[in-house]
Amino acid sequence: MTKLLLPLIALGAFALRAFGVIGQLAIFAGTALGRAVRPPWYPARLGEQMALIGWFSLPVVGLTALFTGAALAQQIYVGGSRFNASSTVPAVTVIAIVRELGPVLAGLMVAGRVSSAMAAELATMRVTEQLDAMVTLRTDPWRYLIAPRMLASTLMLPLLVLVANIIGVMGGYLIATTRLGFNGAGYLETTRRFLETDDVVSSLVKAAVFGFIIALAGCFHGYHSSGGAAGVGRATTHAVVTAFILILLTNLVITVLVFGA
Amino acid sequence: MSAALVLSGVAKAFGSKRVLDGVNLEVARGESLVIIGGSGTGKSVLLKCILGLIRADAGSIRLDGQELVGLSGRALDEARSHFGMLFQGGALFDSLPVWRNVTFALTSGKAVRGRELRDLAIATLARVGLPADVADLRPSELSGGMQKRVALARAIAAEPDIIFFDEPTTGLDPIMADVINDLIRAQVKAMGATAVTITHDMASARKIADRVAMLHGGNIVWQGPVSALDASGNAYVDQFVHGRAEGPIQMVVRN
Repeated sequence: MTKLLLPLIALGAFALRAFGVIGQLAIFAGTALGRAVRPPWYPARLGEQMALIGWFSLPVVGLTALFTGAALAQQIYVGGSRFNASSTVPAVTVIAIVRELGPVLAGLMVAGRVSSAMAAELATMRVTEQLDAMVTLRTDPWRYLIAPRMLASTLMLPLLVLVANIIGVMGGYLIATTRLGFNGAGYLETTRRFLETDDVVSSLVKAAVFGFIIALAGCFHGYHSSGGAAGVGRATTHAVVTAFILILLTNLVITVLVFGA
Repeated sequence: MSAALVLSGVAKAFGSKRVLDGVNLEVARGESLVIIGGSGTGKSVLLKCILGLIRADAGSIRLDGQELVGLSGRALDEARSHFGMLFQGGALFDSLPVWRNVTFALTSGKAVRGRELRDLAIATLARVGLPADVADLRPSELSGGMQKRVALARAIAAEPDIIFFDEPTTGLDPIMADVINDLIRAQVKAMGATAVTITHDMASARKIADRVAMLHGGNIVWQGPVSALDASGNAYVDQFVHGRAEGPIQMVVRN
């Protein structure tokens, strides 16, 4: 009998752990915000993080958006042609990219790059006592390390997603005009007509939320790591998994809230 | 001499493991106290409790009469400004050049007043016997002994009242260990600072200490002047000082 319950027990334990982590993340975020609003501030650290997160994520985010936008347009054309609706390619592509795929894919790619890097860096600083040393040197790691990362990530993700949206639509445009027989000017005109302000606003709001989540997951798991080199590895893995799950979850919540009504 | 630092009944447990079990200890102003004890007896935890890096479960830690346990925010920052700490592994910031490491406390990490601070860093490095050209290197480009010296320079740069040394000679060859011991001794005396060192290196303890205290089982089991170390009449101290496997201290060895 107990053997039959084992999967349920494991599921329950996972759920309890997940709720525990969400609570700890909320406390961590609250602490970071509370510290960040009071000086000293570190604008140089903020600039450094904005470059690391924003500028250096551009290639990977751009490539992802380009290929996904192109594949999406191709599939909508194939699927749509079964209902004689292949002309919906520009409209559906732009809505799918701006509302969902742009923010989600950019968020996931940046999470893979940035959450892991933040977690590894902070965890190594924890293991080598650099975080403790910083405290004894009259410097608050929350203000010096964590606040600039969280602010930079929250600010840069909307910019990255804006670029991802444009490149994603251009990916669809490229496939549509070169292989699917669409007229270039007509394609862009349809795109413009179907895109609404709400789509762009929700896209950028999602991006800011994802940016916050990316830095939160990375800093949280790095700051609270323990157990040497293995601990650094664990922190990195947990940071990426946490960021991925939270991004997908909050994306669903925002989508339902904005477009469900 | 008045006591600069007074610990009474300091306790700390991690889960069911009681690491510190009511530690009572006084450190006089200007003296050099060395705390000896085996690995895992809570020496580092004791230091971290004093520095406020770990919160003590119970007891009182007073710095010049001011209670440190329970402090937070600005009051804790202010109290910490009296402390300097040399970490076991150096704990240098590997993303910053040596001179920014040395002057880190002076600007709370802000990258300002470059030329002035760089000169100050070079002067401080000279105090620990390092040449000026070290200032622009990264910590990863230095040997273990040089990293320890840079870490020492960083700990003394802000002229703290009390300096803590966590295993200052661990991982160094005997000659470099002696160089570090001399530097610690000389710099602490020159600054008139109070020093608290934890170590299990007896040669280092004899060289640095005015007074020695032994931590075992979460308590101070013996303390006295360094001259009394060999005639302490305490079985724990005798076993530790002579490094015997047999005695009242039992190392847990699994077969």
